[in-house]
Amino acid sequence: MRFGVITFPGSNGDHDALMAVEMGLGQPVELVWHTETDLSRFDCLIIPGGFSYGDYLRAGAIARFAPVMESVRAFAEAGGPILGICNGFQILTEAGLLPGALLRNASLSFECAWVFVRVENDRTPWTQTLAPGTLLRLPIAHGEGRYYADTATLAQLEREGRVVFRYVDADGRVAPEANPNGSLNNIAGVCNECGNVVGLMPHPERAYDRLVGGDDGLRVLSAVLRVGVEVASAPRGIGNGYGDR
Amino acid sequence: MRSKQGWRADVYVALKPSVNDPQGLAVRDGLHRLGYDEVARVRVGRYIQVWLEAPDEATAATRVREMCERLLANPVIEEYRFQLARD
Repeated sequence: MRFGVITFPGSNGDHDALMAVEMGLGQPVELVWHTETDLSRFDCLIIPGGFSYGDYLRAGAIARFAPVMESVRAFAEAGGPILGICNGFQILTEAGLLPGALLRNASLSFECAWVFVRVENDRTPWTQTLAPGTLLRLPIAHGEGRYYADTATLAQLEREGRVVFRYVDADGRVAPEANPNGSLNNIAGVCNECGNVVGLMPHPERAYDRLVGGDDGLRVLSAVLRVGVEVASAPRGIGNGYGDR
Repeated sequence: MRSKQGWRADVYVALKPSVNDPQGLAVRDGLHRLGYDEVARVRVGRYIQVWLEAPDEATAATRVREMCERLLANPVIEEYRFQLARD
């Protein structure tokens, strides 16, 4: 399964993602410069973390105008699996591919820590091998990760089960102390309506081996492999089971 | 045909009142520590200047409003207002 990792000026998680896919999954992977527009050779995409365009104006606000983003949008509409990590999550919300927004952490501090998240939804390509309730220990590193959506949107996300990851304590309980940034409903990650686009603030690509502190991230990255063959062999737009749910 | 005129838009962007603004709270606390006990609330926003050309003020306002909706502000979390002046 061929992974594409989009690199914007200011991305810094792109090489982490490259390493995780190469060394952790043993899958072919390429960095894709933000000026490229042909993504047809990829089966799935990772929008990595960092500070694209210096986070000017708002985190992710400028990156959404990069030439590659039109192709990312088409890839999403065709049902291709996309994972937005940290700044990648911010970019996807700014681009309107995911609902809500990421605001300055409630603490005003850059939060750098290992946290627990609970898988809430296994109907996405990035969680389909993880039963709801599964706990993952993942690192976070962000200054603007406070998930916000207006009341109606939030209710809709909860009703439709589109919260994919939630910050919890080591026992799997949703608690204010387990919320590192003030996100509404302890939300760490959400998906789009079809489920093929997932964004989260924690960094699965930085947890691909016990040598780097943990390997729970690999469980997220490897989940997508199960759709690999199907996605790779299906012409774009025909659907892979996610686009037509 | 009317000739184009130069305009300057002073755009103010701030978080919606319903959105928690921890920066504003921190600045308020700072002002309180400096002795400004009369300060009740502080909201922190962004000030953007845009120079543009348009045949008249109405056209300039329409264009700037569009710019705010599409880029300068994020309508999910922010609100904006602007003033136009000849420049």
